[in-house]
Amino acid sequence: MDDIRNLTGMHIDILREIGNIGAGNAATALSTLLNKKIEMAVPRVQIATFAEMMESIGGPEQVVACVYLRIEGEAPGNMFFVLPPEQAERFVRRMIGDDSFSFQGEAHELGCSALQELGNILAGSYLSALADFTQLNLHPSVPALAIDMIGAVLSFGLLELSRVGDYAILIDTAIYDERRPDESINGHFFLLPDPESFSTIFRALGVDGL
Amino acid sequence: MSTAQAVKIGIAEMEVVIAPNVIRTCGLGSCVGVVIYDAGKAVAGMAHVMLPHSSMARGGVINAAKYADTAVEALVQLVIAAGGRKGMLKAKLAGGAQMFSFSTAGGDMMRIGARNVEEVKRQLERFHIPVVAEDVGGHSGRTIEFNPQTGVLSIRTAAQEIKEI
Repeated sequence: MDDIRNLTGMHIDILREIGNIGAGNAATALSTLLNKKIEMAVPRVQIATFAEMMESIGGPEQVVACVYLRIEGEAPGNMFFVLPPEQAERFVRRMIGDDSFSFQGEAHELGCSALQELGNILAGSYLSALADFTQLNLHPSVPALAIDMIGAVLSFGLLELSRVGDYAILIDTAIYDERRPDESINGHFFLLPDPESFSTIFRALGVDGL
Repeated sequence: MSTAQAVKIGIAEMEVVIAPNVIRTCGLGSCVGVVIYDAGKAVAGMAHVMLPHSSMARGGVINAAKYADTAVEALVQLVIAAGGRKGMLKAKLAGGAQMFSFSTAGGDMMRIGARNVEEVKRQLERFHIPVVAEDVGGHSGRTIEFNPQTGVLSIRTAAQEIKEI
């Protein structure tokens, strides 16, 4: 991919569809896991400078719980499942059946692995939908977890793209639970394909690359 | 009355300020925030460096602020152009963390924080600029702010700890 600014409307539509299919599958998995209905927003494909992208997702200083995994295979890239720390805490309480759990507490390690496992399940279902759709061989690495500033965690996913240019292409899909505002879920899947993966994906879907 | 401004730089950006203005950057992970300043002139430049070396770039125009080797050089020029004196320059740095510690993913990019720090230091040495203070490595993101009036670099992490170096 020489210049992402050569992406046409059709390319953007395809990337949006990828977010749709992947995150749709992951939202279904999450619905099953929590036994509640999870809604999904229309995916957003952003092409922006790194700084602009950080601002558009709430500013680089915002603290989030983040599960990161590397996508390996024919179209490598980075994937992040990001949510506010207090919601991550709630997920963990539910998963381990301990209402007193806090990331500051003693059960920290158990909570972290529960959250990592959640990320694993969601990312796995996101990726398997994507692999089915594109017929590409894609598999996730072991997930890693961080609770920290979003700029600090997400910039790791920008490194490969940054070698090619000063723009990020971010496929952002939000999930939420609008029926329970008191217990709302407000997570994001961020997909950041490596630069050369774009043409692989487009080719796999029978569209001219860049 | 002071009309001091906090100039904010983003990832892969750089800027220079003169007191009473201060300069800050948010959410440094594996990136390194490097400050080059002349305390006597109260002038300071800051870059938010992502990658160690411009040889990692693949084609296209190189954004100097993004790579340690080009950023330090460009920053020295910026600071001198703003009134800083060659020979009086000092540096402070922060960042270069490894955000995802228990992962096998990422290959050689896993050590990118440490490599960024090494290269920034190597470049500063090349320009004979001493590093007077640093807060690097670890596993936490950092937000930093430099005040050219006092020469203090203030560092905050997600856990709300504040450190001044």
